[in-house]
Amino acid sequence: MGTVISNERLADNVYHLRVSGEYGGEMGQFYMLRAWGAYPVLSRPLSIHQVADDGIEFLYHVVGEGTELFAQLTPGDSINLEGPFGSGFPAVTGRVALVGGGIGIAPLLYCAREIPGCDVYLGFSREPFRTEEFRPYAAKLTVDVGGLILDNVDFAEYDHIFVCGPHPMLKAAQLKGIAAATSGSPVNVYLSLENRMACGIGACLVCSVSCKDGQRKACADGPVFLAEEVIFHD
Amino acid sequence: MINIGDSSSRNTEADLSTRIAGVTFKNPIVMASGTFGFGKEYAKYYDVNELGGISGKGLTLQPKAGNQGTRVYETASGMLNSVGLENPGVAAFLDKECAYWETLDTVRIVNLGGNTFEDYVAGAELIQKDADTRGRKAVDMIELNISCPNVKEGGIAFGIRTCDARELVRAVRQATSLPLSVKLSPNAEDIADMALMCQEEGADAVSLINTISGMKIDVRRRRSVFNNLYAGLSGPAIKPIALRMVNQVAKRVDIPVIGMGGITSATDIVEFIMAGAAVVQVGTYNFMNMRAGQDLLRDLRQFMIEENIASLDEIRGIV
Repeated sequence: MGTVISNERLADNVYHLRVSGEYGGEMGQFYMLRAWGAYPVLSRPLSIHQVADDGIEFLYHVVGEGTELFAQLTPGDSINLEGPFGSGFPAVTGRVALVGGGIGIAPLLYCAREIPGCDVYLGFSREPFRTEEFRPYAAKLTVDVGGLILDNVDFAEYDHIFVCGPHPMLKAAQLKGIAAATSGSPVNVYLSLENRMACGIGACLVCSVSCKDGQRKACADGPVFLAEEVIFHD
Repeated sequence: MINIGDSSSRNTEADLSTRIAGVTFKNPIVMASGTFGFGKEYAKYYDVNELGGISGKGLTLQPKAGNQGTRVYETASGMLNSVGLENPGVAAFLDKECAYWETLDTVRIVNLGGNTFEDYVAGAELIQKDADTRGRKAVDMIELNISCPNVKEGGIAFGIRTCDARELVRAVRQATSLPLSVKLSPNAEDIADMALMCQEEGADAVSLINTISGMKIDVRRRRSVFNNLYAGLSGPAIKPIALRMVNQVAKRVDIPVIGMGGITSATDIVEFIMAGAAVVQVGTYNFMNMRAGQDLLRDLRQFMIEENIASLDEIRGIV
């Protein structure tokens, strides 16, 4: 059980939640959070935004009943955290780009801190948020509002690209990675997938992801997958 | 003040055990199929050997990839799931998971599903063959799932009409000498008739209820959120229905009833026992509290102390 330090509204329906306590985790991993009793039934998976000395931070977008309840939290409120769960982004060296779209920037701040000298690309459809927090870590910071952030990324320039964002953006990143490799610039593109979850630890299979080698679990095998392994069905 | 952990306290004298077809459940808390994997995942968070039993992820003869699209959607006090029996297949389970099950000190139940009559029987034969070789070190019981609402063929089709299910239960009973429970659908035409048929065909127990067929529509996209149109409803929302059905069935059959549906507390467990359940299964609550088994057991023991109940037999089926 953690205690809310702050819960700040950053933009339309986007909040920054800080929780006190000793919580750790690797970049790209997530926690299951619940700030209620029996209802809603399921806890909510949120990726680690930052790990600080006094606690842990999350970014979330209010999309349903659970996140609406998160938005009502005030300092001093209790919140239940289980984790860290999942297999996050790998520790890599070389030329690295982090590409986030909207709330998809959430797991990338911690990555930026862990990968000195990375280039960071942040795209927003409307109001940008938390962009300046990346500046101390990024060799280059590109922020785009209203466009397609992937258009700013030359995949041939990088050895590794971490991507988190809406579904179409992930599919586009997969295609750009394949195109770069085909034209002689092999690049490891890693996608952080968002999926509905129930258990968070690999037991219930509701977050199953179709991959080239069969069904994988977003919660336990992911949420980060090599782009080339993922099969998108729509 | 009674110390729950004190072995000399009245608490540990309370008898929580039950025997079903020669299999001893040390307490009535069994984890429900589909919500607990094969136990390994939760074993990282508490000692699953404390549980009365584990019903493993539903298996079919051949591996299944499960359903595409949305697989879970929350409802008022419940959830709809459309996993579609994703599983590694019976042979892979026996090959890869049984070694872990051999290490467990809790009742291990294989939940067996199927697409066709032949699949079910062949699956049961494989499990029996393994038990003959291994000497029942890994599997204590088969739970025959004739009621999964999330597969297009088989499954639910067998679970609706008693006459359709009878031949299947008979054939599986002939295929295995392992203790056999049949998991019944709340969507059955008459669940008590179905349970009675299972008893007549030699089942050692019946498990109920499976999820209730339900639906969720995305009004903006003007379609069901599930590719399969319908999905299975579980969680606290279904508890009153489950309790009523357990009570109806327990009054009709002489074989034990394994009761489940929306259990989230020790008093829920007691309700099911009072309704006539021999043991209970806990499913969706694992998603609400990942230490569900541990917490429910602690609270059940506390309840036994508070109510001065020495054995679950004192209250079983009293309603």
